[in-house]
Amino acid sequence: MNLTLRIWRQKNANTPGEFVTYEAKDVSPDMSFLEMLDVVNEELMRRGEEPIAFDNDCREGICGMCSLMINGVPHGPLPQTATCQLHMRVYKDGDAITIEPWRAAPFPVIKDLIVDRSAFDRIIQSGGYVSVSTGGAPDGNTLPIPKDDADRAFDAAACIGCGACVAACKNASAVLFTSAKISHLALMPQGKVEQDRRVLKMVAQMDEEGFGACTNIGSCEAACPKGITLDNIARMNRLYLKASVKSGLE
Amino acid sequence: MSIKLNSKIPAGPLDDKWTRYRQEMKLVNPANKRKFDVIVVGTGLAGASAAATFGELGYNVKAFCFQDSPRRAHSIAAQGGINAAKNYRNDGDSVYRLFYDTIKGGDFRSREANVYRLAEVSVHIIDQCVAQGVPFAREYGGLLDNRSFGGAQVSRTFYARGQTGQQLLLGAYQALERQIHLGSVKMYPRTEMLDIVLIDGQAKGIIARDLVTGKIEAHSANAVVLATGGYGNVFFLSTNAKGCNVTATYRAFKKGALFANPCYTQIHPTCIPVSGDHQSKLTLMSESLRNDGRVWVPKKLGDNRHPGQIPDDARDYYLERKYPSYGNLAPRDIASRAAKQVCDEGRGVGPGGRGVYLDFSDAINRFGKHKIEERYGNLFEMYERITGENAYEQPMRIYPAVHYTMGGLWVDYELMSNIPGLFVIGEANFSDHGANRLGASALMQGLADGYFVLPQTIAGYFAGQKNGRYPNDHPEFRKAEEEARSRINKLLSIKGKRTVADFHRELGKLMWDDVGMARTEASLKQALKRIPEIRHEFWENVNVPGSASELNTALEYAGRVADFLEFAQLLAYDALEREESCGGHFREEYQTEDGEALRNDEKFSYVAAWEFKGVDQFPELTKEPLVYEEVRMTQRSYK
Repeated sequence: MNLTLRIWRQKNANTPGEFVTYEAKDVSPDMSFLEMLDVVNEELMRRGEEPIAFDNDCREGICGMCSLMINGVPHGPLPQTATCQLHMRVYKDGDAITIEPWRAAPFPVIKDLIVDRSAFDRIIQSGGYVSVSTGGAPDGNTLPIPKDDADRAFDAAACIGCGACVAACKNASAVLFTSAKISHLALMPQGKVEQDRRVLKMVAQMDEEGFGACTNIGSCEAACPKGITLDNIARMNRLYLKASVKSGLE
Repeated sequence: MSIKLNSKIPAGPLDDKWTRYRQEMKLVNPANKRKFDVIVVGTGLAGASAAATFGELGYNVKAFCFQDSPRRAHSIAAQGGINAAKNYRNDGDSVYRLFYDTIKGGDFRSREANVYRLAEVSVHIIDQCVAQGVPFAREYGGLLDNRSFGGAQVSRTFYARGQTGQQLLLGAYQALERQIHLGSVKMYPRTEMLDIVLIDGQAKGIIARDLVTGKIEAHSANAVVLATGGYGNVFFLSTNAKGCNVTATYRAFKKGALFANPCYTQIHPTCIPVSGDHQSKLTLMSESLRNDGRVWVPKKLGDNRHPGQIPDDARDYYLERKYPSYGNLAPRDIASRAAKQVCDEGRGVGPGGRGVYLDFSDAINRFGKHKIEERYGNLFEMYERITGENAYEQPMRIYPAVHYTMGGLWVDYELMSNIPGLFVIGEANFSDHGANRLGASALMQGLADGYFVLPQTIAGYFAGQKNGRYPNDHPEFRKAEEEARSRINKLLSIKGKRTVADFHRELGKLMWDDVGMARTEASLKQALKRIPEIRHEFWENVNVPGSASELNTALEYAGRVADFLEFAQLLAYDALEREESCGGHFREEYQTEDGEALRNDEKFSYVAAWEFKGVDQFPELTKEPLVYEEVRMTQRSYK
């Protein structure tokens, strides 16, 4: 099939970007979306032009490095599918596809479709862990954890940190990402010890990075390639309120 | 002059070596640890866990990764689980049994002392990860769940659904982020190591390129740790992430570090086949599928009928035919070679004829669709997402793919290479898996090295170190920086006609055909003739657009492929020299009548450690003999 691509090109953070139109010819339905871009890039390079820069690594939907706003939808049209797992058979001959980077002030564009997501790392740095150093941990089975709790903790921990939730949100809020980590740890006894500190610090860091507030629209959940659910946000808000009252901050 | 290797295996009985080593090793005073700077390159399981633990101990750490965050490293893609000799199942497991299984699985080509230590340390890994909050699978009673994996007779594999690697990596990543927050680790994401710097024969730093600004910088330290993973992408198509590369370890090799056993490459039999020339990587599907799927190809050449229309008597269930007792569960290497063989005969299925059927119709008839869905639902879904085919209605197509590399930089018992101050951990070293790695053991080794082994052994190096750290404008740093810069300028100035991927694809095809699953003297010699030709053309005809002073993905890729084009030769030399078949190295000349790998313990029971002697020069071989004091070598049989 032949496709028309409108792709965001931007030299660097300090230069304004623009859409450039490319024709993708003889696209096989078996290609992944990123393989389709590889082919476009190969053609550009054969002509001596610079390839379109986009983040990617594992190409099996787990590393969270790939992104892309595809026709206005993070990771494209399939539910719970990262861009690297999206295959071209969902498109048909003659389709026009608009491809943009994540758009959010805390995710500045580095080049073309690549954005800087280091704000997510800083949110984790502010408290997204259990403060145990290596060595001296008790035997793994000294701490029984109900299976349902472990399963729910896993559901929250499955977040791949891709940033689709932020890109989908009209407020560019990072609450789905932040609450997923807070929930993962709060649902397990290991994480309970630092629960209050953690939620206060991570929410403060999230605000400091410039992410917007949550207005309960739910577009983050719809965009999430790993099915992280809104109840994590509810849990975070509850924990935040409790911790705030306890600490007498508000 | 050949290098004398000292593996520094502690004296004493096997089960006492590591305890005794720790009792006798030198320590660094807590107040002095701040004075030591450690560079860690790569932040997968091994690198992230090591960097975090160094930080906790009080060292100054600089950690580097080429991805945008340490959470992306390819350890994240490991599905199955992590082994540990906990014996929680009361099924007869022990440290010794895990040790023995690993040695045997490695086809008796690994070091006893290292493997025993790995098995010993395995139990602490689980405890540490649980304390971090890793959401392992649990039973209703609340205790940790286990499963049997990769044909092991005991259930010692801990797991977190099919995403164990992800959860363990996030645990290590979080520990690392905590240290970054505390200021003991400085993280350099989107930064790629281009070279290692030696001063007076000791590793004293690295040259790295900031991938966003293009700036080349020298980083100085008291020691350098490489945790940069394997070299599977030398085959172009593999289950590795796109960014995985050999540059760090190959650069160290060119600076004098010995590269051990590069020919040991693991091929995984159940991957989704190539669908066309556009293919950029291969996806692995859990081997557990072979528990219920039957592998077959049409008996007749050119039988292009839809699989559903080929009657049972026109099908060749070749694994069941050749290996009646193991059938479809034959080990990875045997199943992989058998698939290659039927495809070589022209009986392969699917586009390009490089695929075999994995058929679930019998299992569905026997257990019902719901049971199969319960067992493999997520895999069937992934298969359909990639191929567009419904495997409940027609057989899956599978083909083997390169998955893991057992070879790596040579290290001693302390995980130090032959270059003082250069340590190598995880998949990047050669040490624990011999010629073949068992399932669920990669995660175990990465975390053992990073959390528990290197943070202890590195103290001995620091305690005995006379020369400290050098300023990063020392002439050796300047020189290495200049070399890195001129190499980049050269790549950009060629302005040829072919793209980097073009060359990588050509190299990969050659390696897969001639140095892949089954190797012969003739195929290896042919590869050794072709590789330099491809490389010479690369340096004359590659086209790398853009400039050096900005984010340039084509330039990053060009540097990595340039190193693969030299490394490929080393792999082929090693495969040619090892005139036997063992584990992930199969030479067609050396097989039993039944087509099994035929080891030659008398001649080849050694670690082949290669020393760089110049590009296109035959590297020099140093042999580290493998001495087995505890186990008796046996031949595998799966008939």
